[in-house]
Amino acid sequence: MGPLKKITHNCHKATFLIEKKLIGRITLREEIELKIHLFGCSICRVYQHQTKKIAEMVRQLFSDALNTEKHLDETFKKDLQDRIEDELDKN
Amino acid sequence: MITKTHQIEPRNWVAIHADYLYTYAITRINDEEQARDLVQETFLAALEKVDKFEGKSSERTWLTAILKYKIIDVYRKKSSGLVINADVQRAEQEQSDFFEPEDGHWTSEHSPITFGIDEHDPLVNKEFNSILQKCLQKLPALWLSIFTMKHMDDQTTDIICSELKVTQSNFWVIIHRTKLNLRACLQKNWI
Repeated sequence: MGPLKKITHNCHKATFLIEKKLIGRITLREEIELKIHLFGCSICRVYQHQTKKIAEMVRQLFSDALNTEKHLDETFKKDLQDRIEDELDKN
Repeated sequence: MITKTHQIEPRNWVAIHADYLYTYAITRINDEEQARDLVQETFLAALEKVDKFEGKSSERTWLTAILKYKIIDVYRKKSSGLVINADVQRAEQEQSDFFEPEDGHWTSEHSPITFGIDEHDPLVNKEFNSILQKCLQKLPALWLSIFTMKHMDDQTTDIICSELKVTQSNFWVIIHRTKLNLRACLQKNWI
């Protein structure tokens, strides 16, 4: 199998390139290989669409979590405050 | 006398920054007790170097930087040692039959098919998010650390590789494997 034929049939390689392209860079050659693969492979087109969507959802999930402030319980805070005061008074 | 742009007042730290730092930690390591310990360790470490605080950044930024360092330390510890082999092996095993060994084509059993990922219904999204969270927690510690650093903090690949001590090529293999498992897990649990 020639190198071009290899990628047009290889979904493992194609999904790797999809992921690399999503957050990094792929070479021009890889770009062309991926295009050709995707043209002929509907399963990887579904994959590409879903993996982009998943990345978006993960980012959203993380940012929502960051924006909902969690609270430490008061006893823990009080102990922590005392500990800090102790350390400060030592000096 | 030059006045500092930012002041530092350790007696106010708990009141002003504790919940913020706790939230920061727990979203990244997902373990309440460990997150609490990290907040405490951050304050104590900060106390020791208060005199090095130059006021170039705000108190909160400075404290967050210390915490961030500690979180990466947790990532490193979690993903080294004996456990790593077991959880990575299990995760790799999961995807071992996704592709045909001879030509790399999707196997029919594991081919991606369309599922409810495009719904915009908030209720559906809520349910989806809880599945997503479960699927994330199933990932090996090292994979999840890399994935979180990339998608939560937008860290550069170079920084992630040097801090977690993985090579660039291994980084891309891990990103690929993470997404393969994550997507498969979503499809499996959604349908």
